Amino acid sequence: MHKLLAEDPGKELLLLGNEAIARGALEAGLSFATCYPGTPSSEIPEQFLAISRETDLYFEYSTNEKVALEVGAGAAISGLRTMVTMKHVGLNVAADPLMTLAYIGVKGGMVIVNADDPSLFSSQNEQDNRYYARLSGLPMLEPTNTQEMKDFTIAAFDLSEELKLPVILRTTTRLNHIRGAVKLGALRPIKSKDTFQLDPFNLVAVPAVCRKLHGVLLEKYDRELEKSETSPFNEIIGKGKYGIVTNGVSFNYVRDAVADLGMREDVSILKLGFSWPMPKGLCSRFLNQVEKVLVVEELEPVIENDLRAIAQEAGRLIPIKGKGVGRLSRLFEYDPAMVRTAISECFGVDDAGPRMVDLTDLPELPGRPPNLCAGCPHRASYVAIKEVFGPDAINPTDIGCYTLGLLPPLSMADFLICMGSSVSSSCGFSRATNQKVVSFIGDSTFFHSGVTGLINAVHNNHKFTLVILDNGTTAMTGQQPHPGVDTKPMGLERTQVSIEDLVRGCGVQDVHVVKSYHLKKVMEAARAAMEYDGISVIISREFCPLFAKATGRAKKARPFSINHDRCKDHRDCIHKLGCPAMFIEAEEVRIDENLCIGCSVCAQICPENAIVPLKR
Amino acid sequence: METKRLVFIGVGGQGNLLASRLLGEAALSVGIPAVVSEIHGMAQRGGIVESAVLMGSVSSPIVSDGEADILIGFEPMETLRSLRKCNKDTVVITNTHPLPPFTVSIGQGSYPSMDEILSLITKKVGRCVTLDGNALAREAGNPLSLNMVMLGALIGLGTISVGPQDMKRVISTSTKKAFLESNLKAFELGMESSRQSP
Repeated sequence: MHKLLAEDPGKELLLLGNEAIARGALEAGLSFATCYPGTPSSEIPEQFLAISRETDLYFEYSTNEKVALEVGAGAAISGLRTMVTMKHVGLNVAADPLMTLAYIGVKGGMVIVNADDPSLFSSQNEQDNRYYARLSGLPMLEPTNTQEMKDFTIAAFDLSEELKLPVILRTTTRLNHIRGAVKLGALRPIKSKDTFQLDPFNLVAVPAVCRKLHGVLLEKYDRELEKSETSPFNEIIGKGKYGIVTNGVSFNYVRDAVADLGMREDVSILKLGFSWPMPKGLCSRFLNQVEKVLVVEELEPVIENDLRAIAQEAGRLIPIKGKGVGRLSRLFEYDPAMVRTAISECFGVDDAGPRMVDLTDLPELPGRPPNLCAGCPHRASYVAIKEVFGPDAINPTDIGCYTLGLLPPLSMADFLICMGSSVSSSCGFSRATNQKVVSFIGDSTFFHSGVTGLINAVHNNHKFTLVILDNGTTAMTGQQPHPGVDTKPMGLERTQVSIEDLVRGCGVQDVHVVKSYHLKKVMEAARAAMEYDGISVIISREFCPLFAKATGRAKKARPFSINHDRCKDHRDCIHKLGCPAMFIEAEEVRIDENLCIGCSVCAQICPENAIVPLKR
Repeated sequence: METKRLVFIGVGGQGNLLASRLLGEAALSVGIPAVVSEIHGMAQRGGIVESAVLMGSVSSPIVSDGEADILIGFEPMETLRSLRKCNKDTVVITNTHPLPPFTVSIGQGSYPSMDEILSLITKKVGRCVTLDGNALAREAGNPLSLNMVMLGALIGLGTISVGPQDMKRVISTSTKKAFLESNLKAFELGMESSRQSP
């Protein structure tokens, strides 16, 4: 049985933040869940996939976040408790349905989990999605630890059903990926079906309907505000004259700092867990009991600015500080010392925390950036394509493991803004320049948002080469399926959509399907594509070795080694591939036989044929 | 309750996330409040993986620079790089088996000598415990049990309130049968090594 299905109310488990959210959803009677995976949200749907195999829970990996939210909307409006999870930039993709679903509302509770990523641990930006609550008019809850991640999830479902509105549960990477104690509650039964009530004049978003529904949303805002004012998730802690307002993970840093600085008696903390709408009344009462305020919030000065407006309205003109105090900035995540220093500086208290050792005499250390795995087929595709198109071609890239092709020695990434941008930006590059354009996209990302760009390329007669790196899975986020995956070896019944058929169906005439490890074949395809007068697609196919291993399809590794009698030390293998299985010892290139999976790519590029399978 | 801030540093694939999770579970099992923080995602592709375990009366899930009580380094150069987590009283436990990054192979920088690494660490912190974790893991019969060796070395110090029996119980319930014997052996070897360390 899945550990999150334990019927053991009162029991305490050490759960990952994302597991706590999943458990909360199950305790709230979750019946329907969708997502597109993305760090740091991916472990939530991972639980749902496993749980859906054991229970009546419906779960799917949807093709992208917009689709996930719309699929979820269908279920929620039919009365099922529904959760849709995504990373912060995923909500940009889902923003279109989000904005109008707020007008239409839901019947069964719907919770949208939005995972922000301050410090960009695994993202292309660090946008602050608290603005989405303000933009859409939907309530937002922000837990501060694993227990609250579970408890707030349950409350979010109840709130959603009561207001008939989706509720956004906002987390940050730090919360998604901490483990902490969580006390279990009782599980609620899953409702696998309900009935959709026809009501087109409230559910079809045409102007006449939505003029009315916008008003309804504003009325709901008043009720949201009442809820926020009285919510136990918004609380004033302490009676001191120094005010600190905080949310999310920062609440913990504030609590520890206040204890460490010995100023518990002097401080009042306003903790905002039900953070939108801002509880104006509660904030005014807080402002009236303190003399000075420091706002401790990561990313944008959202609370800070709102609080200033509330203070102005309440006629309480005390200093409200935030960004710019100490090292508190709009950049990156906070940490305990940063918050402690800011509090000590703001309120004039001594900070005698431990001091970091002096590091001025440390030598410069070589970097250890992440790298494609030994035997990764993306490396093979990059080397072969670079050989044909040369180092000066423009290489728009996309989001996945293969983005690591940015780093030397591969250096095969020149432009990236978001999922799908490889294909569409290539349309622009090929028109705006006379340079050769060859772009790269992964299989999952192609389904997510590459297809529409490809149709555009065909329709508008653009001329470039698109390489679809098809490794049979969504590798970077943890081997989730996507429409192009043969799911049977994963024990799942899903229909596979052929990438090749889809590409031809989009109208592409010049299509090449090659095995990534066969460098000659990839280069032949690349030459043909380069000479073709129009849009060409090369589908470069080979399983992600980690996925092949996980699904029992990996061939037994037959590692290679270097015949040093033949090796003339050109070092093409090292300089062109950057494979982590290769290293230099006593001025000779060597291969770590424990890491090498026998992809043979290095053997194919060795000018002396000095790389050969290891003799057993 | 006394607060302990521990940082685990390793390279993708060395298993430091599992080590920190098991320590968190062992702490919770004996009633010590604990929170563990991890890095997932792209960094796991051969990059640096950092995790932290905070025990006692503390609610922050991460450790700021200069604030670690104990730093457990699975790779010597990465231990050195992570010294910013340490202060003059920090106890450092480090594996001495190097894993040079691929950037060294392609001529971007050079890997410092082990003597230089260890002398820099030793002179800056309260105490530095060194062990060849990979050799001990091999001795235990499973090269992948480095994380158990390092956990053993930590518990062997005797400075945190999680005892050997608590830790072994959690290892036993979370290890596949085939690896149980070697994992427990690796834990014992690690523990012995830090107990004998000067």
